[in-house]
This record gives sequence, C-alpha cells and structure tokens, in this order.
Amino acid sequence: MKQEKIKTDLLIIGGGTAGCYAAITAAKADAASNAVNNAANNAAGLKILIVEKANIKRSGCLAAGVNALNAYITEGRTPKDYVEYAKKDADGIVREDLLYSISEKFNEVTAHLEKLGLVILKDKDGKYVTRGNRNIKINGENIKPILADAVKKLDDVTVLNHVNIFDYSVHDNKIDGAFGFGIENDTFYAIEAKAVIIATGGAAGLYKPNNPGFSRHKMWYPPFNTGAGYAMGIRHGAEMTTFEMRFIALRCKDTIAPTGTLAQGVGAKQVNALGEVYETKYGLSTSERVYGTVTENLEGRGPCYLRTEGISAEQEESLLKAYLNMAPSQTIRWIENGTPSKANVEIEGTEPYIVGGHTASGYWVDTKRATTIEGLFAAGDVAGGAPQKYVTGALAEGEIAAKSAVEYIGAAGLTTSRTSIPEAEVENHIAEIKKFLDSRGDDGGDTAERLEEEMQAAMDAYAGGIQTSYRYSENQLAVALEKIEGIEARINSLHANDFQELMYIYELKERLTVCKSVIAHLAARHETRWHSFAENLDYPEKDNENFRKYVNSRLVNGEIQTFTRELTAEGQKNYEHQH
Amino acid sequence: MSISIDQSKCIGCGKCHDVCPGTLIKISENKKAFIKYPKDCWGCTSCIKECPVHAIRFFLGEDIGGKGSKVHTEKVNGLVRWIVEFPDGRVKSIDIDPKESNKY
Repeated sequence: MKQEKIKTDLLIIGGGTAGCYAAITAAKADAASNAVNNAANNAAGLKILIVEKANIKRSGCLAAGVNALNAYITEGRTPKDYVEYAKKDADGIVREDLLYSISEKFNEVTAHLEKLGLVILKDKDGKYVTRGNRNIKINGENIKPILADAVKKLDDVTVLNHVNIFDYSVHDNKIDGAFGFGIENDTFYAIEAKAVIIATGGAAGLYKPNNPGFSRHKMWYPPFNTGAGYAMGIRHGAEMTTFEMRFIALRCKDTIAPTGTLAQGVGAKQVNALGEVYETKYGLSTSERVYGTVTENLEGRGPCYLRTEGISAEQEESLLKAYLNMAPSQTIRWIENGTPSKANVEIEGTEPYIVGGHTASGYWVDTKRATTIEGLFAAGDVAGGAPQKYVTGALAEGEIAAKSAVEYIGAAGLTTSRTSIPEAEVENHIAEIKKFLDSRGDDGGDTAERLEEEMQAAMDAYAGGIQTSYRYSENQLAVALEKIEGIEARINSLHANDFQELMYIYELKERLTVCKSVIAHLAARHETRWHSFAENLDYPEKDNENFRKYVNSRLVNGEIQTFTRELTAEGQKNYEHQH
Repeated sequence: MSISIDQSKCIGCGKCHDVCPGTLIKISENKKAFIKYPKDCWGCTSCIKECPVHAIRFFLGEDIGGKGSKVHTEKVNGLVRWIVEFPDGRVKSIDIDPKESNKY
C-alpha cells in the first residue's frame, strides 16, 4: 500500500451536484477576493480539492440524468411560496431559514446551469415552460457531465477520482482533514485542509430493496450513496437532525423509475385495481401518496396504478424519450412489455432511504451550512432541515457552503495557525486497513455482502421496511438495534481481497452507523406525523404538543442520544449555533 | 438488470471503467473491460454512452420484467440514437436530439 499526504485549503468530499457547485463557487469567490485584496494578501490563491469515490463525470444522483428541475420559482410565485410548500409537505418539521436561503437562489443557479449548457424548454417568447407550480422542463441527460466540465476548467480545483474518504480528522471538535484510500491505485491518503465541505450523498441500501435478487441495485437512489457523510459526522459527535423522517419514493414497479413525469406530465391519476382514483382520499403530500398506495394494497384494493391508458401517441412518444433521458429501464420495459397508452403503469413504494435532499434528515447546520464541528460545512443530501431541495437546492447549498467555507478560511488564516494530522492517527488507520487486507483470506466465513443482506433483512423486518408496510413498534426497534449491533461486532473478522472490497467493508460500517441513528430517531418520535415515512404503531396519532419539534441526536460515549429542539420561528431567516 | 461487454469488440480504452459511478467495471490482464460486479449495476447507462466502439449492452433481468432485449446508444448526426435489439432479431431505435428538452 502506497501512502500520500496532501495539504489543501478547502477539501470537498463528494463530487456530486452539491460538491461540484461548491467547487465552482469557491473558485469564483477566491478569484473575486484576490482581485480585491491584491497579491500581497492572498498570494497563492485558494487550493480546492474535490475527492470523489467514483468519477465526477457521472457520479451521484444525476448519473443517468434528470428530466425536470423540480425546485424553481415560477412566474407569479415567490420563495415564500416554496417555503410554505415544503413546510406543509413535512407537516411543519423544517428549518425555514434554510429553505428561504435555497429558495432565493433557485432561479439564479438555474440561469447559471443554462449558461453552462443545460437545455431548458422555452416557449415562443423565450420564457421557461413550467410543469405545475414549481417545475421547469429540461433535457437533463447530460447535466452531470456539464457540471463536471465546468469544474475541470477551474485552475484552482484539483479532482481526485476513485478515492474513498472514510474518516475525518477532528481535534477539539475542529476538523483538520480527512482520511481515504484509492480504490484503483492502492494508496492511503491523509489530507490536511483548513476547511471541509461534506457533500456526499444520503444513504441507500439500509433496508432490503424492492428487487433483492439480480436487480437488487435497481433502486430509486444511487446504491453507491452509503451514508458516508452522515456516519463520519455521527462518529465525531456532530449534531444530527430528523433521521426519523425517512424518504420512501412512489415509483413505477420493477424499474423503480420516477412517477412524477407521468403524474404531472400527462396528468395520470393514482387508481386502485377497481379503477377508483384514491389519491384525494389520503392527501397529496409526498408521504400521503405513498401511504395511500400502501393502504389500498393492505385493504385488498391493490395493485395500484398510474392511469396512463388512452394517452395520445404523441404523448407516449414523448414519454419514451423522457424516460430514456433519466431512467432508461422504464422505456425498455415499456418497449418489451407494452406501452403506457395500452396499459396503466403499476406503482409501488420503495424501501426507505435517508436523504436530506428530499426529507429533513442530516447534519444540524446553521444558515451558513456550518455543522456543529468547527470548520465542517454541509451541502446537499447530507445537510438536514431543508427537504424538497432537489437539484437546484443542492446547487444552492453548495454555493452557500462554499462561500461560508471561504470566509471561514479567510478569517481563520489571519488568527490561527494550522494544526496537522498526528502521525499516530495515520498509523492507526493504516493498521486497520492492513488488517482487512492481510487477514485470514477467504475461508467461507462472513463477507461484507452477507452482512449487508443481514442488515437489510433486520431493518426490513424490525425497523419499518417494505415487509411491514413501513410500520414498526418500540419492541421491534429494540430487536433491530440488537441485530445491527450484532452485525457490527462481526465486521472485524471481514477480509478484503482488494481496495474495492475494502471500500465495501467501510461502506457497510457506514450503513450500520446510520441504521443505529435511524432506529434511535424512530424510537424517539412518540407520534405518527408522517404516515409511512415514520409509522409508529405505539403512537399512531400526531402529537403537536410534544412533537411539533425537531428530534436531534448526538453520539455521547458510544451511544446515540436523542433530544428535541423547538422549531425555529415562523419566517425566521437566520439561525446560529449556540456554543 | 445489468450490462454485458462484448469482449471481441472491446478495445480496452477504459472509458467505461473511468465513468461507472460504482467502479464496477474493471480491465482484465488482456486489456478488455469486464463487469466484475454485475448485480451491483444501477442501470444508469453511463458506460454505454462512453463506449467508442458500441461494445456494451444494457438489459433488464427477468426479475423486473426483462424479455431479453439488449440496448445501446450511438451518436448519429448529432442525435443520440437508442437502439433496442430484440431476441428475435427485430430492432427498434429512438432518436433523441440532445438540444431538445423533454416535453413532460
């Protein structure tokens, strides 16, 4: 194993939507400050490093593309409308300051994306064509390559592809870097940085997926997003929020392709097997749409469908193309099995995910996206409190976090000297890696894959997975925790033949850490506020008096401790951490 | 659902390996790309769009309704052509103009 030490100013972990945009913003902010401060103050320029475990060209949620920007302030609407929408959808449990700060930037980042090359549908007057109140239509097949190209043009930004970051270096609650390893070059990296932006994804693969066999990774969220950013923060004592607000997507059966394009694009209604439109019966929030489908099935009126029968030939042709640009499996399935004009599209709920871009799970951040660890900023799916972020919200948070990090580096640079990562920590990490690589070899014992399946089965059965129609009780959660801890205890016996397998071991560890947090949060919210997302059988009603609050958590002496925090005030636009 | 890589067509350029969001494609000792972890494929088709010699095919498993068709893309006159080859030899193609937005 080779070793490499890198010193940078700003380390961005994860080169997805938020991470790439953070780099673009930081490079621009630095260029602007150089112009003002002249060379004497800022001679070297800011060194920015993106570390990405795949390759920024197609990594993260946007690998296959996306066919609409779902968060945009359309004509006649205001950022406040968007905040109200997101707040209602989450039944109050949001941070208005965070939602305002992204909503006010949606249109600006969209204009920037268009300048970078994104194709957006316009009418004859040159105005964006809207889909509903908040969406605009695009050709987003190449949205990620567009962002990656913009990053590659920046002189101050270095990209390390195929390097997996697995731990932070934190001292006295202040971050000074991170540790990782190259998946394809067998190299251990110790990276020192003045500030760090965590921009990794949320967590897929915690629960048994819809298609656990050959197509186990045919899932809504990238299966490669394993909750690394959450896990590293949890282990170092960062405050986290709302991990009990799981996200369950309502998707086309089998292909787990999006349903919004059918519902909003061609107006397809949710109908049960009797042909009855049921969506209005349960409400139209994101969780209610899932809950309605679950309930119709439980009460014997399934399967459920999106009613597409009878759409026009022109609509059908456009749909086939639209899905090729974001979820090609669905188009292929239609071509092989019958197209949407001839048969309604069956829908189902996915397994639960933890993802701050859709629900409110993630780091507890202030308005500047500073976490409770000094020098660590969070953006995109790892940042909590601001659901319904989508692509433009992730871009906006990347921008906000980057500006805050650059400002922090500027301030810290004048007053403090940098600490460096102690050699003993480097040695400890290398020793752990060597143990996985050098130990027993394959002896038919535990593998990361087998333990992952056991974890998913435990979460499915005891922490509200598909098997229990997303419902759980306190007693079940206790069993889930016992099983997860049992699996965790077996990790040390795992063996990796190469660095890819080593990554799988660390990803398993990350997922288990996130599972424990999810279980603790589910157990702490003694109410059912969001059907399906957090369906607590011991407390089936909503309890506004005690739980119109955030449930937050922190690791203390190895235990995840949960506590509640009062909601920020209505219309509040700024929130600061109280140290 | 996964991909297959035609070993006789592959020129070993490594572009599919570089771009796979799961780093699931490796290059063998005889300089051919192969999918080492077929069950871990997400179905994003990034590799297929990269392959300069159209050696990679995407398919759905029977577990999610696949019927044996193989799919790839080619760039033709500035358009992205999606080509579906059915097991019985029929071929269906759909052209997409990358400069044209989705309508839905």
